[in-house]
Amino acid sequence: MKNPLDSIAGTIISGLVLTVILALIANALV
Amino acid sequence: MELLPLVERWIHFLAGITWIGLLYYFNLVQAAAMAAANADQGGPGGAGITKYVVPRALWWFRWSALVTWLAGAALLGPRFMSAFTLQGNDALIGFGAWLGTIMLLNVWGIIWPNQKKVLGLKPATDTEKAKARRIAFLTSRVNTALSIPMLFFMAAAGHGVTLFAG
Repeated sequence: MKNPLDSIAGTIISGLVLTVILALIANALV
Repeated sequence: MELLPLVERWIHFLAGITWIGLLYYFNLVQAAAMAAANADQGGPGGAGITKYVVPRALWWFRWSALVTWLAGAALLGPRFMSAFTLQGNDALIGFGAWLGTIMLLNVWGIIWPNQKKVLGLKPATDTEKAKARRIAFLTSRVNTALSIPMLFFMAAAGHGVTLFAG
């Protein structure tokens, strides 16, 4: 499997997915 | 607004833009430019970038990262502990602070030590250099990915609490 971080698109999508996950966790905390 | 927090925030922005601006330069411009230069048979190659650009870019990159973190920590002041332990509304800036801290540790603990091997500032065989280049590249990409939620939480802490509250 190709590493998503090898491409800019994969890196940005990884960052966006992480943003959604962390925002959901933060929403539960605040 | 009191003067000291304003100055701390100002320095945090100036250093942060320098740091993340260079991070985006490395990832959006330089990585592709080096690959193109190395693939360009008969072209000038990437040695000039490695010799004249990379050491200067890395100097500003690693020191602005440290200044960003220190100014951010100063700005948190008495909220430092509640931010890092994700208490109440400080959880939002806390997520940003944690992401920024991980990114700083990646810069000083992984990217810079490996780049020293790549640049020949630290002795390394060709195999070790190739490995160091790959580790530095992937860590730089991790930081680029982490910068996306990091900046989201920086913005949310200043302007988006109502999105989260209730």
